[in-house]
Amino acid sequence: MGFEITNKDFNKILESLKDEYKIYAPKRFYKRGRFSDTDLIRYDEIKTIEEIEYKEKSQYSPKEVIYPITQTLFYFNEDEFKESTVSEKKILIFLRSCDINGMRRLDTIFLENGPYKDVYYQRLREKVKFVLIECSESFDNCFCVSMNSNKADNYDIGIRFEDNKVTCEVKDDELKKIFEAFGDKVEFELDYVKENKFKVEVPNKDDLSVEFFNNKVWEEYSKRCIACGRCNTVCMTCSCFTTQDIAYEENPSSGERRRVWAGCHIDKFTNMAGGHEFRKDYGSRMRFKTMHKIYDYNKRFGENMCVGCGRCDDQCPQYISFAQCINKVSETLKKGEATNE
Amino acid sequence: MNNPLIPQKKKVLDVIAQTDIDITYKVEFDEKLKGGQFVQVSIPRVGEAPISVSDFGDGYIEMTIRKVGKLTDEIYNLKPGDYMYLRGPYGNGFPIEKYENKHLIIAAGGTGLAPVKNIVNHFNGDIDKVKKFDLLLGFKSPKDILFKDEIENWKKNINLTLTVDNADENWTGNSGLITTFVPNVEIDNMDDVQVVIVGPPVMMKFTALEFLKLGVPKEQIWVSFERKMSCAIGKCGHCKIDETYVCLEGPVFNYTKGEELID
Repeated sequence: MGFEITNKDFNKILESLKDEYKIYAPKRFYKRGRFSDTDLIRYDEIKTIEEIEYKEKSQYSPKEVIYPITQTLFYFNEDEFKESTVSEKKILIFLRSCDINGMRRLDTIFLENGPYKDVYYQRLREKVKFVLIECSESFDNCFCVSMNSNKADNYDIGIRFEDNKVTCEVKDDELKKIFEAFGDKVEFELDYVKENKFKVEVPNKDDLSVEFFNNKVWEEYSKRCIACGRCNTVCMTCSCFTTQDIAYEENPSSGERRRVWAGCHIDKFTNMAGGHEFRKDYGSRMRFKTMHKIYDYNKRFGENMCVGCGRCDDQCPQYISFAQCINKVSETLKKGEATNE
Repeated sequence: MNNPLIPQKKKVLDVIAQTDIDITYKVEFDEKLKGGQFVQVSIPRVGEAPISVSDFGDGYIEMTIRKVGKLTDEIYNLKPGDYMYLRGPYGNGFPIEKYENKHLIIAAGGTGLAPVKNIVNHFNGDIDKVKKFDLLLGFKSPKDILFKDEIENWKKNINLTLTVDNADENWTGNSGLITTFVPNVEIDNMDDVQVVIVGPPVMMKFTALEFLKLGVPKEQIWVSFERKMSCAIGKCGHCKIDETYVCLEGPVFNYTKGEELID
């Protein structure tokens, strides 16, 4: 059972939600893309349905809504530490099933790994309701089916966009009341992607071992990767960060401690004061990331980290395909070449 | 405020220069801890870093910190009565109960002595708790030697070998890499041996290989890792090696695990 709602009425719903919710969706930023005359699609607050870019894949993931690129942890004022605050409003995010599955990986790292929950992640995550955007067909470079993330059950609203109307399944009782006032009830079941153009064969984690870390399959990436870290920043499941302190120029006794996204491909990720660093060559960074996404996260938490959104492949300036890399690992294993010996 | 990332303001009780750039800070601290654990030290508006605890007692910890970067430059200026900000302790620490009544061999390179100093003092103060105690200490040069007073004291109870990589004209002691002194350790009963190795990655790797050559089983060798960390509570990802988080499952690892941790 669902509701069929015209775009005009859907905007009235969005209008009625705006006092209680911050609403985020993929949005098009004209001429802000990587190349001249290209657009950028990333997550931002929206007020109307016309602002939602649903026909293309967003270049950045929705993770920045609850895990911002830069986040103040606390403010220093002389000897006082004042924890940063966030808006009281609830959060509604329009996102696809790969990203809902990706959010579970972020939940695992921030809320389950280690003895403490991450309070900065938790305080935003608790406010979130998901609007699942139906994918009727897959985009370029998507391999969600291979990664088991083409379907998601954890959503409050499921939505199908058409040119002048939407069809929605509303699971959340509070939201259902609002939708009932605007929409006509129709039979509706969300569709999902059953096959991607590109298929990835993920190796069984039991067939992999640390022996494979030294395989020559990684050497190619030492030559090709330029360590720009785009794959890390666009990834829905990359969760690493670095903390930074700053002192305010106008008042150096005040300042703040922040965290900012960090990435295993980017220089200085492992550098320690005194000069030690690990994974200097870029091929071993590719190995580190690949093994994290399809092997060691799985060993620790029981599912692969990568959700197959393919954003890393969309964005790599060197046209390195992470998906192809996973396939190469599988092929190498099949040939019985776990190591170079 | 229930926020594990917010540090506590702690008073610097004493400052003891070890070398030109290594200083031991005695700082008030009330949390219980084990030798080999570390704390997150910060100076607000400058930064935060993991620092190993070199020793501890009632109401205080000691940390031996080398002046090597932005944060440690700032720490270097601290005097008794000043404050630093701490959170922790973090990490597992050494399983000292496993070393009791054994032939304990500790090999420490440079600042790697700091994280094991507490264990050395622990058994030095109660030498009957171990069957035998060999301590191998390696430093780059005579001017880099840490804890000179303690070393003199340790010599009374412990078979101590001190070596420097690069001797100068005034140096009359051993010179050469710590690995060259490993074969000199007299082992009476291999079953009793417990080896602890802490130092720079290359030193740990080759020192462990020397002990393996002597026939020490991997299960009886322990290493401690140093990695970049931002959070120390399993979130920031910097210290992850394979599925292991050094801040959570380490920094101390049995060699059977340590040898599999390829960065």
